[in-house]
Amino acid sequence: MIAEAGLAALWLAAGLAAFQFILMIGALRSEVGLVRPMRSIAVVQGVLTAIAFAMLVLVFATTDLSVALVYENSHSAKPFIYKVAGTWGNHEGSMLLWVTILAAAGACLALFSRRTSEQTLVAALGSQAVLALGFYAFLLIASNPFARLKRPALEGLGLNPLLQDPGLAFHPPTLYIGYVGLSIAFSLAVGALLTDQVDNKLAQAMRPWVLAAWIFLTLGITAGSYWAYYELGWGGFWFWDPVENASLMPWLAATALLHSINVLAARGALKAWTMMLAVIAFSMSMVGTFLVRSGVLTSVHAFAIDPERGTFLLALLAIYVGAAFVLFALRGATLKEGAPFELVSRETGLVINNLLLSVILGIVFVGTLYPLFVEAVSGGKLSVGAPYFDAVAGPLALVLAVLVGVGPLLSWRRERRPVFKQLTIPGLLGVTALVITFIVAPMIAILPRLGMTVAAYLLAASILPLVGRNPLRAPLATWGMVIAHFGIAVSLAGMAMNAAFTEERLGVARPGDRLNVGPWTVEFADVTPTAGKNWTALEAKLRATRGQGLVILNPQTRFYSDPPTETNEAAIETFWNGQLYTVIGKSDENGGWQLRLWWKPFVTLIWAGGALIGLGGALALIGRLWRLRRRRRESAGWRQERYA
Amino acid sequence: MKPKNQRLVLVSVAIVAVLAAVLLAMWGLKDKAAYFYTPADIAAGKAVTGRTMRLGGMVEQHSLQRDPDGVTVRFIVTDGKARLPVTYRGITPDLFREGSGVVAEGQLQSGQFVASTILAKHDERYMPPELGNLAAEHKAGKTLEK
Repeated sequence: MIAEAGLAALWLAAGLAAFQFILMIGALRSEVGLVRPMRSIAVVQGVLTAIAFAMLVLVFATTDLSVALVYENSHSAKPFIYKVAGTWGNHEGSMLLWVTILAAAGACLALFSRRTSEQTLVAALGSQAVLALGFYAFLLIASNPFARLKRPALEGLGLNPLLQDPGLAFHPPTLYIGYVGLSIAFSLAVGALLTDQVDNKLAQAMRPWVLAAWIFLTLGITAGSYWAYYELGWGGFWFWDPVENASLMPWLAATALLHSINVLAARGALKAWTMMLAVIAFSMSMVGTFLVRSGVLTSVHAFAIDPERGTFLLALLAIYVGAAFVLFALRGATLKEGAPFELVSRETGLVINNLLLSVILGIVFVGTLYPLFVEAVSGGKLSVGAPYFDAVAGPLALVLAVLVGVGPLLSWRRERRPVFKQLTIPGLLGVTALVITFIVAPMIAILPRLGMTVAAYLLAASILPLVGRNPLRAPLATWGMVIAHFGIAVSLAGMAMNAAFTEERLGVARPGDRLNVGPWTVEFADVTPTAGKNWTALEAKLRATRGQGLVILNPQTRFYSDPPTETNEAAIETFWNGQLYTVIGKSDENGGWQLRLWWKPFVTLIWAGGALIGLGGALALIGRLWRLRRRRRESAGWRQERYA
Repeated sequence: MKPKNQRLVLVSVAIVAVLAAVLLAMWGLKDKAAYFYTPADIAAGKAVTGRTMRLGGMVEQHSLQRDPDGVTVRFIVTDGKARLPVTYRGITPDLFREGSGVVAEGQLQSGQFVASTILAKHDERYMPPELGNLAAEHKAGKTLEK
């Protein structure tokens, strides 16, 4: 009954979405006030989808083996948290989560949107409903998560052990909220283009939504990076895997949008460009979904290979992106020009920021899709990896990081003050860092060296907007910007030092043997068998010391039985100045064990920086919402006084 | 600047940026993309020595050896038509074994493939698509022979 209830809720939600579409067309043709029914239906649609999702979680939590999806992806012996998280650890479930968030985003827009004009809001809710409709159709026609087996199975096939990790509970939902949250920006842009109301009011209304989605995207990418780092046991934090790029591309577009929307909100300029970015950002989310879910790529994220689904998703992608661009081409040219600005001004700074981010986005996009393109055209197979992305996008990212220190110092319209004087101290810090790297490590590659230089400069430069004023009186949004930019410097410092100073040791050890890596001496004590709820493992005991103190590390090789899989569980110990990362490999006939050890100085800064960027976004969001609320209160108070 | 001129400037700058991105990407792809080859391709001289590439095939039965240092492995990758010796220093993936599919990334050095990364199947149900096709061809070839 539970599965059927979920399916029914999904059908009802799809019906409501179709109805919303009709309402939107009606509202666009005649100027009838349809905003109230539109709002209520969007909320009901969101609730229905949430019910469908809850039903799926329920069948997974109770391991209802008459449901095909549960049979294929779950197992009764799995720990409870992975039974629940396993709901979205498969194709159908993760698509249902996607649609649930899409519908929830529509419901939130309907509930909380106060500053958008009624016509634009109706059109935006209609656009959101059309987006949802396509994905409802995809679920109901090509990926029904609630399909029953003819005869209930006795036991499930189990979940990929790489996914049996607490990361699965947080990483996909966080990332999806970010991905799909961008749909609101898309819909608002489409709505404003349809009703011809692209102005600074729209930008002010759109900004919190973009910011919220961007925060989740940032945190989701950061968490995913750390998950890959410790779960795969390869010691790397970013592999330029197409699936990782699929999350990076919307982030780059959303970051550009976040900056250009400020120009539109504050100065009424860059109208067409900002609308295009809003369309592109969510299009990148859909491209990412297509890449990950269609089966054109194989990775731990690609759950099933089914050409029918790939075609369906590609068709949806083409329809939505195509329609949005046609609309943009029709309406974009008629947008009024924005306010003018001088060459040296904050507007110009933000334009350069946007250009660099777009170029990086283009480079990542081309690199990610090129293999698919070549295979489709000539049948040739190739892969594009770190050498390409590092060499082409790396230098541009560094230039961007340098400019991050300059942009916030410029004032709107026209800069008359000698801004560059303020940058003397950060500049000197950068040069000092450069000199130090030449003394300490003359042999490292150029990109990490410049990375450390720019990081040292930006650590100081990012704080400048708070210097020379009372920092406690600075708006929360300014604090948010400063912390986010500071986070970029922190993360960059971590990446550069990790690339430059990581030491690796690969060797074979018998009990009692010692291996050295960086400042550490690691003694291999012994190997003992151990077991968890659905796995058995061989666990090594390593005693690590660097002069004083002793740390025990226990890397494992695990054997899962359902499905039969072997995985490596790295043991990682964190210190203030880096991480010791240990992996155990295979044994040989003489009782020796392969050990792979890394000493990674300051690697944790990478994710600490990511968390700071997210925190900065959160502060900015709180600051903006606070201010909006206060303004609304003030205007309400003013109205009351007038009518008193 | 007049608003109209300003828009013109912005549009041209954007177009230049897009072109720059595409040119940069093309330049990068020209010598940074890793092409996928089978041992037969390499035997036919399709691959360039010293460039990063991917090699795919099956690990030949009884070809896997480990060096005395304990961490270097040598094996032969075959696609049924040609064979190529591979060396790899590191811990091999969990599902890497004789007779199973493998994709190695690395370089061709004096007739040997020196791998920097070894990719194997993620789990029992998963196989890289390159290998999927290869296995299908392999089977088709075998049935024809029969």
